[in-house]
Amino acid sequence: MSDISHNDVVSATVDILKSAETVLPEDVVNSLKAAKQKESSSVAKAQLEAILKNIEIAGKSGIPMCQDTGILIFFVEIGREVRLDFDLEDAIIEGVRQATESIPLRPNAVHPLTRNNKGDNVGDGIPDIKYDFIEGDRIKITVAPKGAGSENMSALKMFNPTETEQIKRFILETVLNAGGKPCPPIVVGVGIGGSFDKAARLAKSALLEDMDKMDEFEKDILGDINSLGIGPMGLGGDTTALAVHVKKAFCHTASLPVAVNIQCWANRHASAVLGGDE
Amino acid sequence: MEYHLTTPLKKEDILKFNTGDVVYISGTIFTARDEAHARILELTEKGEELPFDLEGSVIYHCGPLMQKREEKWEVVAAGPTTSARMSKMTPLLLEKHNVLALIGKGGMTNVSEALEDSCVYLAFTGGCAALAAENIKNVPTVHWLDLGMPEAVWELTVENFGPLIVGIDTKCNDLFSEIEERAGKVLSDLRI
Repeated sequence: MSDISHNDVVSATVDILKSAETVLPEDVVNSLKAAKQKESSSVAKAQLEAILKNIEIAGKSGIPMCQDTGILIFFVEIGREVRLDFDLEDAIIEGVRQATESIPLRPNAVHPLTRNNKGDNVGDGIPDIKYDFIEGDRIKITVAPKGAGSENMSALKMFNPTETEQIKRFILETVLNAGGKPCPPIVVGVGIGGSFDKAARLAKSALLEDMDKMDEFEKDILGDINSLGIGPMGLGGDTTALAVHVKKAFCHTASLPVAVNIQCWANRHASAVLGGDE
Repeated sequence: MEYHLTTPLKKEDILKFNTGDVVYISGTIFTARDEAHARILELTEKGEELPFDLEGSVIYHCGPLMQKREEKWEVVAAGPTTSARMSKMTPLLLEKHNVLALIGKGGMTNVSEALEDSCVYLAFTGGCAALAAENIKNVPTVHWLDLGMPEAVWELTVENFGPLIVGIDTKCNDLFSEIEERAGKVLSDLRI
């Protein structure tokens, strides 16, 4: 039996939510600082300065960096040796309810049609929790709060298998259509292959990748995106995107799904590891 | 140019703005996003009075994060939301009410004619909710809380709220669409 308790998961959930909402990962902050250094446009520089000042205030005061504290998306990795005597999902949901009160978080979850808001960020299918099984005796819980401004600018297309050459243009068109709306500089997550839903999930999980680790294909797309000149907040400039990350999966021989998930500059995520020897 | 204005605004104040100018606003601003816009239009159409005065007002596209402490609402975080969602409802809003400035982020679609000689669109840096909250000094009242915290109309007292960039002026200049147009041209010229 593992000694992870229901309460451990509840408090870890509250902790990582507090951390994700108030402190941006170091690689994201560094990437924004580097962008500010490189910007040639003064309006763009001022936007990046405001963003960096905002991050500083949020971190110091322990308040959310953006009022859109997002819809809450969890990635949970469960070691195959872990045995739990409680409902993991219940514990995460309880953590979300507590964090909504204590941090606080904006109640964002509504019924899709009546738009009724229960006020606790919990509803059918929300928080969204994805489980994966890994080796070992630990559980790793990652939360990535996702704001709607950038999520709404995302796109998915089912290409014909022979249309691989069109993928890059599709990514660039998605960024162009988004313009200043998703709060650039953005991070672009791309999922290629899998199925209709798998491609989207790949694109979303690509947003969690280390900002600086990009292969040639990703750097090439990033260069083209930044040549568009949309700039921070769509007011023009050199930095439209900070990073591009692509994840691939095998797909049906007759299909080629491509998903582009747009993330605002506030590429928020935080993790906690429970169990193990320590 | 840089301007510091106090509400209620006067028309002559905003007519001199050009896209790219920097503006700071002090006084009262009202938050309104999707649902509030829909309700304003619905009540206006029925000829009913609104519970707040939009004459010479500033509307802030924002769904703030608020907290009630000792029966008093306080701002936690209150950055701008994506203004484009309000694009379709804005021309009718401006036709019926003398709103002189809209604050938001990301620009708006096909509103520059509706804004001509009547209203300006000001951009606040998106996501900068902690920064915005620093310049919001008081929350006198809230209207239509039944719409939920993000969608309600919050009356906010602000001091030097900004920097705001003039995105669309009263002379049909639209900084966002100019940049998007240029970006579209770059993309069509890219050999990919």
